[in-house]
Amino acid sequence: METRRGIAVSPGVAMGPALVLGSEGFRVPKRMVQVDAVDSEVQRFRTALQESVQEIQLHEQLAAARLGPHYGAIFAAHRELARDPKLSTEIERLIRERNFSPEFACSRVLRQHARTLQNLGDRYFAERANDLFDLEKRILRHLLGEPREELSQLNQPALLLAHNLTPSETANLDRRFVLGFSTEIGGKSSHTAILAGALGLPAVVGVGPFLANVAGGETVIIDGHEGLVIIDPDEETVARYRDADARQKSVAIRLKSLGPLKAETLDGVEIRLFGNIEFPSEVDHCVQCGAAGIGLYRTEFLYLDGGCEPTEQQHYEAYCRVAQAFPGRPVVIRTLDLGAEKFPDSMQQVIEASPNPTLGLRSLRLTLQNLPMFKTQLRAILRAAAQGDIRIMFPLVSTLLELRQAKWILADVSEDLQEEGIEHNPRIPVGMMVEVPSAAILADEFAREVDFFSIGTNDLIQYTLGVDRANPAVSHLYSSADPSVCRLIRQVVAAAERHRVSVSVCGQMSSDCLFTALLVGMGLRELSVSPNSILEVKQAVRSMTIAQAREIAARAEIFDVARDLESYLRGELSKFSPELVH
Amino acid sequence: MNPPSSLSCDVVVMLEHGLHLSPAAQIVKTAQAYRSSLIIQKGDRRIDGKSMLDLMTLAAERGSKLRLEAQGEDAEQALKAIVALFEGNFGHVSPSDNQASG
Repeated sequence: METRRGIAVSPGVAMGPALVLGSEGFRVPKRMVQVDAVDSEVQRFRTALQESVQEIQLHEQLAAARLGPHYGAIFAAHRELARDPKLSTEIERLIRERNFSPEFACSRVLRQHARTLQNLGDRYFAERANDLFDLEKRILRHLLGEPREELSQLNQPALLLAHNLTPSETANLDRRFVLGFSTEIGGKSSHTAILAGALGLPAVVGVGPFLANVAGGETVIIDGHEGLVIIDPDEETVARYRDADARQKSVAIRLKSLGPLKAETLDGVEIRLFGNIEFPSEVDHCVQCGAAGIGLYRTEFLYLDGGCEPTEQQHYEAYCRVAQAFPGRPVVIRTLDLGAEKFPDSMQQVIEASPNPTLGLRSLRLTLQNLPMFKTQLRAILRAAAQGDIRIMFPLVSTLLELRQAKWILADVSEDLQEEGIEHNPRIPVGMMVEVPSAAILADEFAREVDFFSIGTNDLIQYTLGVDRANPAVSHLYSSADPSVCRLIRQVVAAAERHRVSVSVCGQMSSDCLFTALLVGMGLRELSVSPNSILEVKQAVRSMTIAQAREIAARAEIFDVARDLESYLRGELSKFSPELVH
Repeated sequence: MNPPSSLSCDVVVMLEHGLHLSPAAQIVKTAQAYRSSLIIQKGDRRIDGKSMLDLMTLAAERGSKLRLEAQGEDAEQALKAIVALFEGNFGHVSPSDNQASG
């Protein structure tokens, strides 16, 4: 067994046989051509280049449609490169003047430029060398008519291990068979990493040289949460990952019977459990689990799926579909919470070029600067709110001015709808995510201006501890059980109580039944959890009394380090609901 | 026939990570819309502003001073369009300029 640590760029765990992609790519068959063949060889090169340009154009459309304009823009830049007469002149000169074969000339010219970029000592420019290698492979493929065979012949599930995957290779991965991938090189900001996230493939990059030890066919585990690649895992490790998987499945079967039951403590206090969803189709699962509604409807997928920006009608239909599945129950729609990756090229650069995107232009900050796009979504939400109990929530609010601006725009949109005589709900409840520490600290002030809070723990933890959980060097500092995070949550709950606004917790902490008693004990009566966790959390709720939960929350205050609090909570959970201890 | 006019001006790259793939593509696309030639000079190196390859390997990092030289009948318009890209920071919002970019 060999465990390698890399950079987790796309979450999830995948286990399966390894498929190793040759790092060579293409072998150039011959270096020289006959003098009398030069003209025909130049012609052959021109044809291959022309085909490459057409192929890039196709990929551009495909990426734009499937993944969004930002992804299309990557290929648009590749196309400019391929069409650059300088490039073809340089290559043709080598063919004509030095009798190089088109393949060799191509490789040589593009690699030379790539090396220049790599030698600049700038990480960002160095990663762009990959874009040149991508073009090299593409032209060679058209010259040789030989695609990277391993990829095209894939007919059973596998995990891809490669020195490097180019953006176009990644975009074209057959998702029926590719379970995840890992590469020796690559960084967080590479286009390949961005594409993996969009495709939802567990991926770990920047692992360093490890392919020499893999023949292919071995079992490999790619852990996209921890950034681990485990080659030839020993029985114990496989068992551990399998156990985690199996235990989850068997508990799930037992938990199914809880579906129709209320999430009620032993002493009869109801904890309202809501679902977190990304797609309208997930609603059915939430209904089966007896969810009290949707506490967090993430709308990012709408922007990702269609390629172009969704129309008001597309928004409206998706929202109505969710509301109709939950007649009479609340559905909280969160406005767009994305970095610029789904936006026109000129926008996405803002994020991509920023060394610290989580502190940059994203989420509400981004929508407030893109009013036409923001208003389209707000119109649809207001219209759909006339068809059901729909509420609106703004993400990543960091200052009161931002909140006021967002509310002002909402009022503006409502007025427009009024004037146009379009049915909508002007009194839609307005809430905000509390996920930036500033919002938690000023919770009293914010509570006066909203109808509800939803505490987004993922970002709150990240911003409070100043930790990027995706960075393996510091991810151990990230913990839901950190006392600082718990204290902020207490303060927000107290502020919400003082101002009589409702408060819930969404984010991974609320989906983890280890924290259910703590959260209930802190005073939370609403939790929004991932659909897969509703029954587990319900089971935890049904195993405790409010008095027990309060006791646990009170004792939790004693602990000053995350590790101690976590083991205390584990101990308590094993007392009142042992089958839920992972 | 009028002598082809040649105009030039200096710009500074303000993009956080320099003139990388996307802004380079924007320059090429814009420059190609004009008949005038566009030379971009960084230090001693002079490159063709209509060439993606040249721009990419120019590797103009943040803070680079570039001289733009347009030559031809529509040199003025061409230069204006390219300068506008730099002035708008390629649709990129810089920390000091917190305006909507469209």
